[in-house]
Amino acid sequence: MDQKELREWEARCVQENPPGCTAGCPVHVDVRGMIAAVRKGDYQTGFALFHKTVPFPGIISRLCDQPCQHFCKRSEIDESISIRALERSCVDGNDKPPLLSPALPARNKKVAVVGAGLSGLTAALELARKGYGVMVFEAAGRLGGSIRDIPESELPRRLIETDFAVFDRLAIETHCHSPVSAGGGAGLSLGSLRAEYDAVYLGAGRVAAVSLTAGLKDDAGKVAVEPLTLATSDPKVFAGGAFRRSWEGLSPIRSIADGKIAANSIDRLLQNASLTASREKEGQYSSSLYTNTAGIEPQAAVAAADPHLGYTGEEALQEAGRCLLCECRECVKACEYLAHFGSYPKRYIREVYNNLSIVMGIHHTNKMINTCSLCGLCEQVCPGKFDMAEVCRQARRMMVERGKMPPSVHDFALRDMRFSSGGEFALSRHQPGFAASRLVFYPGCQHAASSPRAVRRAYEFLCEKIDGGVGLMLGCCGAPANWAGQQELFGETLAKLESDWRGLGQPAVITACPTCFAMLQHHVPDMVVETVWTLLDRVGLPQGTRPALPSRQLAVHDSCTTRHEAGLHGAVRRIIGQLGHTCEELPRSRANTVCCGYGGLMMQANPEVAGKVVARRIAESDSDYLAYCAMCRDNFTAQGKRAFYLLDLLFADADQLASQPGPDYSQRQENRARLKRSLLREVWGESVEEPQPEVKVIIPDSVRQVMEERRILVDDVIAVVVSAESGGNKMQDLASGRYVAYFRPVSVTYWVEYSPQEDGFLVHNAYSHRIEILE
Amino acid sequence: MSKEMSKPPNIVCVKCGIPLALGKVTLSYLGSNFPVELYKCSGCGLVYIPEALARGKMQQVEASLEDK
Repeated sequence: MDQKELREWEARCVQENPPGCTAGCPVHVDVRGMIAAVRKGDYQTGFALFHKTVPFPGIISRLCDQPCQHFCKRSEIDESISIRALERSCVDGNDKPPLLSPALPARNKKVAVVGAGLSGLTAALELARKGYGVMVFEAAGRLGGSIRDIPESELPRRLIETDFAVFDRLAIETHCHSPVSAGGGAGLSLGSLRAEYDAVYLGAGRVAAVSLTAGLKDDAGKVAVEPLTLATSDPKVFAGGAFRRSWEGLSPIRSIADGKIAANSIDRLLQNASLTASREKEGQYSSSLYTNTAGIEPQAAVAAADPHLGYTGEEALQEAGRCLLCECRECVKACEYLAHFGSYPKRYIREVYNNLSIVMGIHHTNKMINTCSLCGLCEQVCPGKFDMAEVCRQARRMMVERGKMPPSVHDFALRDMRFSSGGEFALSRHQPGFAASRLVFYPGCQHAASSPRAVRRAYEFLCEKIDGGVGLMLGCCGAPANWAGQQELFGETLAKLESDWRGLGQPAVITACPTCFAMLQHHVPDMVVETVWTLLDRVGLPQGTRPALPSRQLAVHDSCTTRHEAGLHGAVRRIIGQLGHTCEELPRSRANTVCCGYGGLMMQANPEVAGKVVARRIAESDSDYLAYCAMCRDNFTAQGKRAFYLLDLLFADADQLASQPGPDYSQRQENRARLKRSLLREVWGESVEEPQPEVKVIIPDSVRQVMEERRILVDDVIAVVVSAESGGNKMQDLASGRYVAYFRPVSVTYWVEYSPQEDGFLVHNAYSHRIEILE
Repeated sequence: MSKEMSKPPNIVCVKCGIPLALGKVTLSYLGSNFPVELYKCSGCGLVYIPEALARGKMQQVEASLEDK
């Protein structure tokens, strides 16, 4: 991932874009922050946020025409938030004098401002803070311009005085009774000002505006200005307020915005900087922040009981409570993983990028990168189609390529995968009595592990039902390697599968596992792949192969790896209906389904988050769940949720299986190996011997559970005992009499505490570490 | 790492028939070696790592080296 790609990813996430009100405000008041402060009764903070962009908060809190309200999300539901009224609450409720950031050191440049209305005074204030010498020329006898005409009841004079007190504290010279003419006379003129000053801002009110424009290019009676910069045809002169707008188009907040824009332009001019660079978001614009308003109850705006006094504290709180505090977080709301790490994708991608850039130091983001289930729900719900799965997939591959992938994260899953691709499970055959296959059934390693009986019966059913030969392939599609970022291993695994398939004459492949379906479909371009569910929907269901299950409502859990397979979703629901049950749709289903916690090896990388994912999913309905992936079922039943696996409903004793956790890791491997042996014996009529373990170990359930949590297989324990008993390298705890021994087959050292019992060994405990003992 | 071994275990090496005693052991992970004191057989060098050490400090060290 390079800088450019990072930027592109970042741009997709709109969470940091401002709310509509802020972007719609000509000076970008942080309305959301201010209202959040009001909710806490913290008017000081509310006032400080308001004052940060509004130089005259008292005046604006009474006069603002609130263009922001037009952009308020709440207006889509009922009425816009009463933003000005809440600004007033902040102004009236604040008891601290406004903080004024210190002015920059004086610069040797001076600016003339013509007109002491809101626009001129804003420009004067901004320029003085930047260190310029500012001289304000006002024709009337006092500062403020037209706001002085507003009645006291609407704009109390004390607010004007408070707001203007700042002029006593800054190096601004104000000259009242100093009209500036178009030129020709003895008094001040535009010509004399531009000769004497480095720049001039024309911000005067309506009277002066008519007479001053001589010499500047005009547009229908107004000074022609560049809207972005307020530059006139004279490079030293800028104009805003009534000079450029019709009187009707003027408003206090727009005047202030003009003053700010002009001050910025003048500062740029005097520093020889570009007048136009990066200014697209100055002034009013429309934000692309997305905020979901579904399900929000309408609630009328709060009216102040006494409009002259404004909101009471209670009323302000109530109105502030209506604010949606707009943000996106669509993906974070939908995904337990994204929520777990406490932020949102724009920040996450930056963390991932930094993590990949570290040469020396701790890679803090490894865990986050490896936790994602790669399910793609974020992309599905994101207005900008941000795909965290793709980010994490790329990051994992890079980590593997650079040798920076923590070995412990995926090691166990990859060894399990190798078992499934190896001789104990892998198989590729035509149907007995056939020299070719019209179809080949590929049940997938986890389905064979979870429900070996159903898999076998499903195969036998397909052989009966379909003419032309149904071959069988057992093995692993390589998904764990793909998820782990192990491209090379994934390629090897897939190549073996592909060569077996070509050996069978490239028949259409029927998968039971949604993940196998997705892997094969995406990675073997010329392979025709179909799920067993759409096939059964087409050819008809088996009769009498299973104990009848009384009709019930089943909440369908769709698999995340086939979220876009609408045909599959429909087929599954029709099959459930044909079996006499009714389907319930979970809040997130079909294309918007959530992962069961197994995808992307989340369960291996971060069992805590995977547990939260499952817990959230199984709390969505009290009905029994129906999954068409065995892993999904196993993850739900492991947390005590009754869940059926569709293949069991068709071919096995589903009712019993729905209430029990799936087999543990050791049993899963055993189930796969046994399935292959029983098929070879009973379907293909070959003689296959049952392998005998070198030693007999007795493992109590409590120990077996500990082994499961620690990812220690029965075979690992047997290897330790065999090594200890054959070579004599064991220790004995004299207090308990138990033996202690260790053995390191490859990359993990396994320890077992055991004692002899009858013709075998009783296992008391097992643990492991990856650190190697060198001597 | 040896701090967690404050109470000497009552363990003997079965082959050599001698009680384990503290001795120098080198542990290694991902290219980093660290000398530690662990209980071991002074005869054949068989090392004892108790569960608390394997699941505690050693796991922490593994995790921090893996994130380096």
